[in-house]
Amino acid sequence: MSIVLPGERAPAQHVNLKLGPGLLQASDTSTSINRSAPSIFATRAGTLNHSANGSKWWIESNARRYVPAAQESVIGVVVQKQGEGFRVDIGSAHSANLDGLAFEGATKRNKPNLKVGSLIYARVSLAHKDMEPELECFDAQTRKAQGFGELKGGFLVRCSLRMCRQLLDPKHFLLPLLGSLFPLEIAVGLNGRVWIDSQDSKRIIAITHAIEATDPDTQGMGEDEIRTLVEDLARKWMFE
Amino acid sequence: MRPPSPSIPEKEFLFSALKQGLRLDGREFLEMRPIALNFGPELGWVECSLGKTRVLTQVEAKMVKPPPERPIEGFITIHCEISPMASSEFELGRPSEEEVTITRMLDKIIRRSDVIDKESLCIMAGQRVWHLRLNIHCLSDSGNLLDCACLAGIVALKHFRRADVEVIGEEVTVHPPASRAPIPLSLHHNPYCFTFAFFADTSINPVLDANLLEQRLNGGLISIALNAQRELCVVQKSGGVPLEPADVLKIVNIAVQKAKDVDTLVESRLREDWEGRKVEVR
Repeated sequence: MSIVLPGERAPAQHVNLKLGPGLLQASDTSTSINRSAPSIFATRAGTLNHSANGSKWWIESNARRYVPAAQESVIGVVVQKQGEGFRVDIGSAHSANLDGLAFEGATKRNKPNLKVGSLIYARVSLAHKDMEPELECFDAQTRKAQGFGELKGGFLVRCSLRMCRQLLDPKHFLLPLLGSLFPLEIAVGLNGRVWIDSQDSKRIIAITHAIEATDPDTQGMGEDEIRTLVEDLARKWMFE
Repeated sequence: MRPPSPSIPEKEFLFSALKQGLRLDGREFLEMRPIALNFGPELGWVECSLGKTRVLTQVEAKMVKPPPERPIEGFITIHCEISPMASSEFELGRPSEEEVTITRMLDKIIRRSDVIDKESLCIMAGQRVWHLRLNIHCLSDSGNLLDCACLAGIVALKHFRRADVEVIGEEVTVHPPASRAPIPLSLHHNPYCFTFAFFADTSINPVLDANLLEQRLNGGLISIALNAQRELCVVQKSGGVPLEPADVLKIVNIAVQKAKDVDTLVESRLREDWEGRKVEVR
């Protein structure tokens, strides 16, 4: 693991190389003489990581503004209904397009009826720097929802991009800790939005606090601190 | 691009939580976020934060020639910069309604309520007066930018000290801080602004110091500027929710108490800072 800056060359080499966020293969082939060693450049500052066998490379960094990348799950807000589909704000520079047919079981006659202001959990299906991002609410192969779709009720927490990636890390302490205290439902969008739901408002607020306090951008509390924080709130509002 | 209004689940959750007497940040309805004041290396440089809302203010003074109609009064100008840095809601060049309200309220509270004794800024009648420039930079908007900016502005004026000047005959000598102690501005009073948010649903009590979501979803705002001596300076109500006179009086009484608390905090922080500061006088 090393720290790279934008424009720096990454020593990524593998027969079956897969590049994650923050890395770019130079399209100009003249820079790499032999095809076995493609030139890979960093496009953002952060720490360079790779998988154990060196086939997957990515850069870990923190940001607040989301840049869409294909196949990432995001949470968006419907801002406009538009002909066949919807315009969805996903916190990026441009709003994304969501086709009305990109839902499980949707047909020309039977399209989901989303209101302006609805929350959507979707996957970025197209992210090109010269085009508006596109979303879909199903798995393109199986055409099943797989958890994507409208999010009803609950509450939306906004956090830094690093925080929401950490929430997806199975080794991170926060979700197992909260889950051991009370049941909750959560949808993590990689665009810095996390949707949560629980039995009542008090628990939802407690989860909001916990996520905000764990965020490395604010306090960056550790496991024990979060445990005391949530238990103090539990005592104050007398749940459990 | 302006961010879209909050989503339906956020809206519904906020209202249902407020109905149960809960605020999203765990505060009481009439509780402010903790105020943090940080002073910079120079006098008149103050960074004020209310929770995640942050404002930076700075005061500078220069000598100018007064206009002939007001030969013995100094000036104060307020430059309030609300850039897209604070929130993507603000755009450069195109002031939003909220931005206009903030700038005008600051003008009313700080300039038109006669905080500064303008005559004390006179150096030589008709020839030289001090021109104070109060720069307000909004760094981050997480709700209730107005109260934070107003507090920061007042504290900056209290913190600022101008160079001592000596007038002998027609000659004006400015003494640098190293040779003579700089002089604090003479202020008539210290108004503080408190903004209460109301909601269209009248069963929800008003909240003080709204956070971002509460600010976006309120049905009406009432801003009260007053000093710790119970002197009301500005009352401004915006938004469509009607209010009973009795409610307004109740809010004013709450604001009086808050103004006293804030005043004590400001005085103690300024004293702490002044004691820790070494001003060398030879």
